[in-house]
Amino acid sequence: MASSPARSATARARRWPVAASAGCVLLIALLALAAAEPPLATPVAPAGGSASAGATRAPHPTIYRTPAAAPRVATGERDHQGQPVTIACSTCHAVRPANPANRGSGDLDLFHQGLLVQHGSNACLSCHNPGDYDRLRLADGSAVEFTEVMTLCAQCHGPQWRDYQRGAHGGMAGFWDQQRGGRVRNTCTSCHDPHAPKYRGAIPMPPPKDRFVAPGAGHE
Amino acid sequence: MSDHDASCSGGCTRRTVMKAAGATLGAAAFAKAIAPLTEWKPAESVDAFLQKHYKELSEAEMAVIITRLEAEAKAQHGVAVHITDPKPEEGVQFAYALNLSVCIGCRRCAEACHVENNHDRASHNSYIRVFEMEQGSLDLAKGSASYDHPVPQPGKYYMPVQCHHCDNAPCTKVCPVEATWKEKDGIVVVDYNWCIGCRYCEAACPYHARRFNWQKPEIPAAEITTEQGYLSNRVRPQGVMEKCTFCLHRTRSGRLPACLEACPTGARVFGNLADPASEIRWVLENKRVFILKEDLGTRPRFFYFFSK
Repeated sequence: MASSPARSATARARRWPVAASAGCVLLIALLALAAAEPPLATPVAPAGGSASAGATRAPHPTIYRTPAAAPRVATGERDHQGQPVTIACSTCHAVRPANPANRGSGDLDLFHQGLLVQHGSNACLSCHNPGDYDRLRLADGSAVEFTEVMTLCAQCHGPQWRDYQRGAHGGMAGFWDQQRGGRVRNTCTSCHDPHAPKYRGAIPMPPPKDRFVAPGAGHE
Repeated sequence: MSDHDASCSGGCTRRTVMKAAGATLGAAAFAKAIAPLTEWKPAESVDAFLQKHYKELSEAEMAVIITRLEAEAKAQHGVAVHITDPKPEEGVQFAYALNLSVCIGCRRCAEACHVENNHDRASHNSYIRVFEMEQGSLDLAKGSASYDHPVPQPGKYYMPVQCHHCDNAPCTKVCPVEATWKEKDGIVVVDYNWCIGCRYCEAACPYHARRFNWQKPEIPAAEITTEQGYLSNRVRPQGVMEKCTFCLHRTRSGRLPACLEACPTGARVFGNLADPASEIRWVLENKRVFILKEDLGTRPRFFYFFSK
């Protein structure tokens, strides 16, 4: 460390433009990255919801109630810890050849008896993947995970998928203004049974007891 | 005649007896008439009685009032409530749309409103009234709001009706004391402490959207929604009007209204009309939309639409 103060000063002076240009390059690279960043990793882009047109912050995320994984079938058995024993679909289906002629539970003689299938003219293999029963199958034959079930439904249900993407189908909870908070949204199978997708009815909550709906019960 | 009146010494005349009896009856009737006053206890504190109109309150005065209201809630219900007074925001114009194609009439929205807005439990009040309507008819008089059977029924459709937050609101015009008005973001509100309970607004509303507190709302302490707005869901006094406020204690901080979150079919769409990218704008621009009783010229902020 015998270098004179004068020499280190000149070295600093020489290094300065290099550092500055490096900084510029870094800044440009960062800007380019930010511009190229995909809007969202989720399947649906948010349909606005910002409080003002001038909002520049990234919106809070939308969380989709996607299935956690491929479904598992309950065997009715319990293990030594009392936990229910479930098996993957492929446990049985890997050793049983797929039968494309089966159109519903009525055609089956061993399993899935009594499963209500009311989904247009679809057969089992319209959606289930005969090559891999732990995944689903799109119309073009490519496999799709159970977690990406909305991609499968959207093939046929275009108008519903469009409305869903624009926030006009399927409901939500959380914030209308995603600059201030996130949202939770359903997926198709949160509300619709894929085997019989017509929305089930409900028992309504009790009516109010006001004078309009119950004459004589209230005042006047 | 005067000597007879003075003492009745020589026997009372018929006229004197009649006078005395009349005076006694009159006094008794008067005493009976004012008897309720002897049992009268002031329903509100002197501070509340002397309180100014909402629009004339300074921030400091509002802070004092809110402190008082929170203390009263603690004393009356034993619940620590948190009352805020959120103001309209710049660039926000609220509107609501409801999809009649998917509403099944389950009344989950009305129930969520009942809970969120601290409605009286006994009357099962709610700002939302769901009508079961004949398909093909728009006559609310023929609809039933008291249905109690599994829904949806064949041949019926279901139409929830709540405050439409009209831009040309008849209810605000008839108020003799200006206790109800439209805020800058489109929400029609009531100053519960200024309202005199004349119910003109209830009569003026073509949507039957306003409610009257015949009694002080009674809610079990554990069920009181503690996040409250001064102009929205704080527990109302007896004898004042109340109405849907688009849950302004939620929506003015960016959240969705309680009825929308409760809807299991996703029939409800809420948002900011001033934002061209909002869901509500997309619905209004792309769907078949109608407004109820359009011929009245009320210009509602509440729209009905169909899936297709």
